[in-house]
Amino acid sequence: MSTLIKYTANGATEIENAFVSVVDGEPVPQGADIIVSLGRIKAEGEALLASGVRVGVQIEPAEAVEDLAELLPRLALVAVAFPKFRDGRAYTSATLLRQRLGFNGEVRAVGDVLREQAYVMTRCGIDAFVPADGSSAAEWSRAAGHFRHVYQTAADGRTPAYAEPGRR
Amino acid sequence: MYRYDAIDKEFLTDRSNEFRHQVGRRLAGELSEDQFKPLRLMNGLYLQLHAYMLRVCIPYGTLNVAQVRRLAWIARTYDKGYGHFTTRQNIQFHWIKLRDAPDILDALAEVNLHAIQTSGNCIRNTTSDPRAGATAEEIDDPRVWSEAIRQWSTLHPEFSYLPRKFKIAVTASAKDRTAARVHDIGLALRRGRDGTLGFEVMVGGGMGRTPFIGQTIKEFLPATRLLSYLEAVLRVYNRAGRRDNIYKARIKILVSSLGAEEFGRQVEEEWAQIDAARADLPDTELARIRAAFIQPGLEVLPPVSDSYEAARAANPALARFARNNVSAHKAPGYAIVDVSLKAHDATPGDANSDQLEAIADLAERFSLGDIRVTHEQNLVLPHVKQSDLPALFEGLVAVGLATPNINLVSDIIACPGLDYCALANARAIPVAQSIAQRFLDADRAELVGELKIKISGCINACGHHHVGHIGILGVDKKGEEYYQLTLGGSGAEDASIGKILGPGLNADQVAPAVDRLVEVYLAERQGEERFLDTYRRIGMTPFKEAVYVDAH
Repeated sequence: MSTLIKYTANGATEIENAFVSVVDGEPVPQGADIIVSLGRIKAEGEALLASGVRVGVQIEPAEAVEDLAELLPRLALVAVAFPKFRDGRAYTSATLLRQRLGFNGEVRAVGDVLREQAYVMTRCGIDAFVPADGSSAAEWSRAAGHFRHVYQTAADGRTPAYAEPGRR
Repeated sequence: MYRYDAIDKEFLTDRSNEFRHQVGRRLAGELSEDQFKPLRLMNGLYLQLHAYMLRVCIPYGTLNVAQVRRLAWIARTYDKGYGHFTTRQNIQFHWIKLRDAPDILDALAEVNLHAIQTSGNCIRNTTSDPRAGATAEEIDDPRVWSEAIRQWSTLHPEFSYLPRKFKIAVTASAKDRTAARVHDIGLALRRGRDGTLGFEVMVGGGMGRTPFIGQTIKEFLPATRLLSYLEAVLRVYNRAGRRDNIYKARIKILVSSLGAEEFGRQVEEEWAQIDAARADLPDTELARIRAAFIQPGLEVLPPVSDSYEAARAANPALARFARNNVSAHKAPGYAIVDVSLKAHDATPGDANSDQLEAIADLAERFSLGDIRVTHEQNLVLPHVKQSDLPALFEGLVAVGLATPNINLVSDIIACPGLDYCALANARAIPVAQSIAQRFLDADRAELVGELKIKISGCINACGHHHVGHIGILGVDKKGEEYYQLTLGGSGAEDASIGKILGPGLNADQVAPAVDRLVEVYLAERQGEERFLDTYRRIGMTPFKEAVYVDAH
């Protein structure tokens, strides 16, 4: 099982990833928590969600996260995919999940997930990471929390510079 | 001028430390070049033909004295003693060592400078009017809004990995000195009928291999709603912009394929869903930024300085400088001075350390410590008393910076070209110099009047050739450098893309061809027409015939 870094305001911790990613067309393993594609949740959502396991959905960059709106209250997590670290569409997906769709569950970055992007990912409301570069939780935490100030509002709810009491 | 407080300073320190750590990881082999590349690019570090190039951000082209002195010191310490001002109002150093880059960024941070987002697929430095706060033409001070954009766009988490780079310009005068219509977003300040401030929003302008003039998608955006609207534009682009082909990834391609109307509709739809209270700046913050740009120290002076008038009458060189490089200031008795970096034997946009230090000294004595960079690769001293103009002129003469050629034929924009750049097909600097050499006669240059020549060493168009009154594009034809001329472009308020004149020319044929184009114009012009106006009236044919007459 792959390592998962969970990030909260108190820092990052490594935990076991309990979810199995199910490839489209392959059978769903019995009794395991699963992550399926958007297409599969649309086709088999009711059956999967009624099976008693926790269900997550993986959103690809070209997919509209809004399509999940009605299902979100029943999902354990949403995984946003970074096929390449340079593909920034998942930052919008994560932002919309938090700010527009009000999703409070786990938003997990999967794919080409590198420590150098920890800061922007965290600010977009991503709170779980499957790093592709072997980063430890401590390294991840340091990278994500590197900046003492931020200049703009974002999905993480941090106070922007203009609203800090010390702004002159 | 906007002053950085403890928060801004701590931010720059954090950024500098982060990059030092990343360079360390790269030098230790923990990061591949592929992984390191976007990180160094977002800190302005390019790998060029001979060395690393560091592009330092000059937010909306505004510098203070300490910053210019520090740039001079960096040029002397880490480069070969000069820097190159760019068409994006930044400065770049072409001979940098990777291991020095973190120290340079620390030295920059000490004077509140940085290289954040001067490259990479992110929101770049905002272009603005180099005469902001000094010209009576402006509807509002565009620096207020440029600074708001600077902060909002700095390490914006959602928009740091866009399909491609993204450039925003803010202009506030009828005369556009920002090339707003060839930016990804051009913002033109407007005053509404009820007196409120707003922006005309133009999107999808750009140059490169597929040039477009930006199209208006919103006639009047209330100014206080700027950031939420930018968020909407960037979000639509981030989601829908192409990522499969680097040459089709700019927003101009998306706007062109959807049509400006449909793109605008999608932006409106997105904008309607954004929580304004979260996304837009509170009025208190706008007021705080605005207060920082109130210019202290302007004295109440008579509108005309007798000593200056007398000096001008006595000194023809000063008179020529005054005609070409001095403009009206909003305050009586003051002037705006353009400092040309286009001496006939110089590299357009270059300034050496001695010149930079002289500019800093002169700005300190004569321009309230304020220095601006123009997108046409010159400098501006925006607040000079008329009575100080003779002394300032002498100071500029002493360091070779009094070239009286602003907007004239030798005030040429040129990219670094094949002399430096790994992308270039042809040299640009020697071509600029050959044209300047040809028009050494200052009387003739003044007779010709405004003529904007812009030279790019490749189709990426960093030298803005598409919007030159005469554009010159270097191309590689079977291993030889050729130059394609275009006529009729403009990057100003009357923006247009130039049209190709005819077959490419050799390097040594370019200056004679420009000469012939100028002769046609002088023969044909009516009244106060500029070269561009005459071309637009009479069309391509007479110009083409004159240049290719020998080919018949």
